[in-house]
Amino acid sequence: MNPSTSRIQVRPSAEREGRKDYISIRDYGFWYGQKKALDAISLDIPERQVVAFIGPSGCGKSTLLRNLNRMNDLVDGISHEGDITINGRSIYDPGLEVISLRRRVGMVFQKSNPFPKSVYENVVFALRVMGVRDRSILDEACETSLRKAALWDEVKDRLQDSALGLSGGQMQRLCIARAIANRPEILLMDEPCSALDPIATGKIEELIHELKEQFTIVIVTHSMQQAARVSDRTAFFYLGKQIEYDTTEKIFMNPSQAQTEAYISGRFG
Amino acid sequence: MASSSDSNTPRGEAWVWFTGLGLIIGLGMVIGLLSLVLVNGITVFWAPPVPVAQIDDGRTVIGQLAQRRIRAGSLANAPQYERQYQVGLRELNGNSYLWVDEAKVKTETFPADVLGLERVEHGPAFVRPQALRKSDGKVIPITDPAFESALQAEVSAAVVVREKFEEITRHRIGDVNREMDEARVALRRAEDLKLADEIPVLRRQIDGLEERFVLLKAEAQKVVNSGAVATLDSKDAAGRAVVIPLTQIVRAWFPNRLDTWGRTQLFASRLGEFIFHEPREANTEGGLMPAIFGTLVMTVFMSLLVTPFGVITAIYLREYAQNGPILRIVRISVNNLAGVPSIVFGVFGLGFFVYVLGGSIDQLFFSDQLKYNNNTPVFGTGGLLWCSLTLALMTLPVVIVATEEALSAVPRGMREASLASGASKWQTIRDILLPASAPGILTGVILAMARGAGEVAPLMLVGVVKLAPTLPFDTVAPFLHMDRKFMHLGFHVYDLGFQSPDSDAARPMVFATTLLLIALVVTLNIGAIWIRNRLRARFKGAAF
Repeated sequence: MNPSTSRIQVRPSAEREGRKDYISIRDYGFWYGQKKALDAISLDIPERQVVAFIGPSGCGKSTLLRNLNRMNDLVDGISHEGDITINGRSIYDPGLEVISLRRRVGMVFQKSNPFPKSVYENVVFALRVMGVRDRSILDEACETSLRKAALWDEVKDRLQDSALGLSGGQMQRLCIARAIANRPEILLMDEPCSALDPIATGKIEELIHELKEQFTIVIVTHSMQQAARVSDRTAFFYLGKQIEYDTTEKIFMNPSQAQTEAYISGRFG
Repeated sequence: MASSSDSNTPRGEAWVWFTGLGLIIGLGMVIGLLSLVLVNGITVFWAPPVPVAQIDDGRTVIGQLAQRRIRAGSLANAPQYERQYQVGLRELNGNSYLWVDEAKVKTETFPADVLGLERVEHGPAFVRPQALRKSDGKVIPITDPAFESALQAEVSAAVVVREKFEEITRHRIGDVNREMDEARVALRRAEDLKLADEIPVLRRQIDGLEERFVLLKAEAQKVVNSGAVATLDSKDAAGRAVVIPLTQIVRAWFPNRLDTWGRTQLFASRLGEFIFHEPREANTEGGLMPAIFGTLVMTVFMSLLVTPFGVITAIYLREYAQNGPILRIVRISVNNLAGVPSIVFGVFGLGFFVYVLGGSIDQLFFSDQLKYNNNTPVFGTGGLLWCSLTLALMTLPVVIVATEEALSAVPRGMREASLASGASKWQTIRDILLPASAPGILTGVILAMARGAGEVAPLMLVGVVKLAPTLPFDTVAPFLHMDRKFMHLGFHVYDLGFQSPDSDAARPMVFATTLLLIALVVTLNIGAIWIRNRLRARFKGAAF
C-alpha cells in the first residue's frame, strides 16, 4: 500500500440532490454471541452518494454493511442495540418483511457468486423470485441491468450460456447486474474488487460512478486508493468503533483523528 | 535432538508402503471375488467336449467334467485327484453327478456320437443315440448323414408345441381361473346380500367360464398329442436302451462335434434362455426373467420412495431445524438407523407395513374380498409394495446423510446471493440449493440402490418368494400389481444354494445368478452415475 497520503487522488465530491440522512445509523451496537463486533456507531448516509467504509481487518466494517440488509440474520446468536433507518423507517420494524428490505437493498459480495444457471437467469433471478413471469419485462430488465453493469456488449450473444464460463471480472459485473435488476434503492458492495485484476477493478470503479446517479452505494474496501477514487464520503472504523466519518476529501487530506491519519498513510493496519 | 535432525531423509515415508498394502489387500479381495464369480458364472453356459471314460471296475461313464479336486485323505506330497462327472439321466442313475477316482480312469475318449440333451424334466442327459423315430413314422438311423438336421428340426418343432402348450395352460387358463375366482367371490357376496338380480347373471358367467376352461384343457391336450409321436432311441453309458420322447427335449447338441462357432451359438442360446425365460425344474434350470424383473422393479420403486422422503427430511434438518440438543439426538438416531441389521427392518416391515398398514387397507378397501374369499388378504400379506417400503426405510439414512452433506457443501456465497436478491428461504432451497446439490443427492441414491438391490434378509419376511406364478406387471389394469409377491435374484441365490434338493445341479446356477445380480447392480449404478455426471456437467466450474 502506498504510504504517502499526497499521492492519493481524491475526486472532488459533487453534492447531489437528495435526503441527507437517507440511511441513518444511530448508537448502533452489534454482538456475535458474547463478542461485541460494533460499538456506538452513528452515521448518516445521504441519498445517491457513495460512502466507503475503510479500516483494518476485523474492524467491523463488513459487519455493519451486512447489517444494512440484515444478511447477518443467517448467523446464530446475534443481537443488536440502537437502530438503523432507511428513508425514515427502521429495518428492524416488525412490520417490515426482511425480504422486502432486501429487495430495496441490493448486495454485491467480495467473491463473485453467480448461480450455476445461464447469464440470463442470473440477471433476472430477483425478478423471478418476486413472481415476474412476463417474458418482455424480464428481457428488458436483463438488457437494462447488463447495460448498466457495462457487460451487455460482452455477453449479449451468450445470454443462455452458463454464467460460470465468464471471466472473473465479468462474473463480478454480472453479480452487479443481478443486484440492480429489480431496481433497488441502495447497493451494498463488500470489497467487490478484492479478487480482480487492475483492469477489471477499473471497470467496476467506472461503473460505481455511473450507478451513483441512481443508487445510494455503500462500499467496503481495503484499498485506500479505491475509497479515494470512488467515494463521496468515507468512514474509518477501528476495533468495532467508528473513528471518523466525513467527506472523502477531508478524511484523506486533513483527517481530524491521529488514528485515521496513521491508517491511511499506512503506518498501521 | 541432534541425532534426529541429522538425517535429511523425511521421516515416516515408509508408511506409504503400509497404506499401499492396505489398498492392495482390498483390491485383491474385490478382484478375486469378481473373477471367481465371473469365471464360474460364465462357464456354466459353455459346452465343453464330453468324454466317455472307461473305469477300472468295468463301468463306462459318459459325462461332462464338472469338478476336479484332491481326494480327502490323500497324502499332501502325493496328492490323488478325483473327478466329478455330470452324467445326467437322473431317472436312471439316481443322481446326475458321479465322483470317480482319477487313478481308476483307464481311458478317456471323445467319440463323435455322444449327444447332450437338456430336458424338461429330470435334468440333462448324455447318451449315444441310435435312431430317430420321426412324427411321420420314418426312422432315421444315426449313420444317416441327415440324422443331426432331422433331430434339430424335431427339437424345434417340439419347442414350438411346448410354447403353445405353455401359452394355453399358463396364460389363457390362468386368466380364466382368475376371472372365475372373481366371479365366485361376487357370487358369494350376491348370495349373502340376497341380490336377486345379480345371482343368475353371475351363475351364467361362471358356467360360461367353466365351459371355456374345459375347451382350453381339450385344446392343450390336442397340442400335446400333436407333438407326442417322435422319439429318440438311444443307449446310455452302460448300453441300456433309453427312449426319450422329443417333447421332453429342450436342446440337443453333439458336444464332441461342435466347432468353436457352434459352441458360441450354443452359449448364446443358453445365456439368452437364462436371461429371458422362466425357470424350470425347481429353479435349477431355465431362465431368471421373473427374478431379474422383480429385482429391477423393486429397486426402482425403492429409489422412488426413498429419494423424496430422504431429501425432504434432510432439508428440514439442515435448513429449518433449530440447532440444539434435539437436532443432535435426531442426527445421531438417523446415523444409528444405518447400522441396524437389515433383518430388523424385515421384522418391522412384517409387523407394521404388512399386518398393520396392509391389514388396514384390506379392511377399508377389500372388505368384500376378505369376507367372501376365505379371508384371503390382498395387501395384508407380503408383496412388492411392502418390500420397496421396507428397503426404502432401511436406506433412508444413507439418502438423508448424503443430502445433508450436499446441502452444506453448496457455497455459502450462493445462498447469500439468493437471499440478498430478495428470495425467500424456500425459493433459495428450491431454485439454488437443490439444483446445486443434486449430484450429491444422487450419490446418496446410488449408495442406497446398491445396498437395497443386494439385500435379501428383510425381503424374505415381506414378500419375496421362491416361485411367483405371475409377474408383478401385466396387461390387466392397473398393470403394476404392487400387492403381488415376486421373485428376487438375491433370494434366488439363497434358495438355489441352500434349499435346492440337488445341490450339485444347483451349484453352477448359484454362480450364474450371482453374476447376474452383480451385473444388475452395476448396471443400475452406471445408469445413476451417468445421470449424475450429466447434472455435474451443468454445474461445471462451480465449487462442489
